[in-house]
Amino acid sequence: MPAGTLYRGREGMWSWVAHRVTGVLIFFFLFVHVLDTALVRVSPEAYDDVVATYKTPLVALLEYGLVAAILFHALNGLRVIAVDFWSKGPRYQKQMLWTVVGIWVVLMVGALYPVLGHAVREVFGS
Amino acid sequence: MATPTMDKVEAEAAASDHLITVTFRIRRFNPEVSADAVWEDFQLEIDPKERVLDGLHKIKWDLDGTLTFRRSCAHGICGSDAMRINGKNRLACKTLIKDINPAKPITVEPIKGLTVLKDLVVDMDPFFQAYRDVMPFLVTSGNEPTRERLQSAEDRERFDDTTKCILCAACTSSCPVFWNDGQYFGPAAIVNAHRFIFDSRDEAGEQRLEILNDKDGVWRCRTTFNCTDACPRGIEVTKAIQEVKRALITRRF
Repeated sequence: MPAGTLYRGREGMWSWVAHRVTGVLIFFFLFVHVLDTALVRVSPEAYDDVVATYKTPLVALLEYGLVAAILFHALNGLRVIAVDFWSKGPRYQKQMLWTVVGIWVVLMVGALYPVLGHAVREVFGS
Repeated sequence: MATPTMDKVEAEAAASDHLITVTFRIRRFNPEVSADAVWEDFQLEIDPKERVLDGLHKIKWDLDGTLTFRRSCAHGICGSDAMRINGKNRLACKTLIKDINPAKPITVEPIKGLTVLKDLVVDMDPFFQAYRDVMPFLVTSGNEPTRERLQSAEDRERFDDTTKCILCAACTSSCPVFWNDGQYFGPAAIVNAHRFIFDSRDEAGEQRLEILNDKDGVWRCRTTFNCTDACPRGIEVTKAIQEVKRALITRRF
């Protein structure tokens, strides 16, 4: 049997975990992004080569993940600000979280075609 | 209930047919026997309307006298039997068996973030030290009045929620920040600071705010709301912490 059980937190705890995870993912993206942009100082050809690989379907999928992480982090960040500065924020934190999740789902559906359309045409033909 | 015509066997059946069989899965630790904590299962017949504490009593009194846990009043006032039941911090004396799905084993563990001494007993000293550090007593200056210190109903209402704390540590030991770093004051200490900071009769609000302005003070709160969910007294703990944070920014309290 496990060494101990996971604490059964509710919406607040899991939103905090998701906020941390998405934050770390965004940090790694920024790290890579600084590196690939810095490549232009090495040589413009090297930069073009690297950016060309970003058009592959696999990277498009990663980009969709990036959109997911940034959207959640941004929307939940607004919720955290409301919890911090709005006197009724702590009382409505759960409702605010579900609002965040709702908006996130709508925006993720909206991002499907712009982000993944090209990759789908590439994989399945147009 | 039993009637005069019922024979003994029937009466016994009637007396026990409301009982259900429940498995208690308890996290056992005895440093004199082993350095590792282990799970131990106990099966017992119990009325689902009884509390988890009653189950622990049955185990200690009838099955295994070595089971160690704290409890005193057994009625949700003394705050000594906070433990992690089915993964959540609760008071064993306020948790009914029927409310926590007795069909599955009921897990009982000590609260997290404090050193386990034996079975369900943890070392509460760091917890009470944090409580003492926020000066949880009335501080005034000038001559003592000859009668009560009067306060309007509105002024009393301002900190009513945080007067309910029973210092059970369910909030502090539900906090992920506290699990990671026991130096954090923790929700309970902040709740008790809040109780005096927002008391119109008290004069040490600034001092308490400075104590909580520390790097291990209120700013470490990540608003996970575990404390608010865990509080057996229904205190809006996170709200109180946020009010202290805002008081530190605006210096209005």
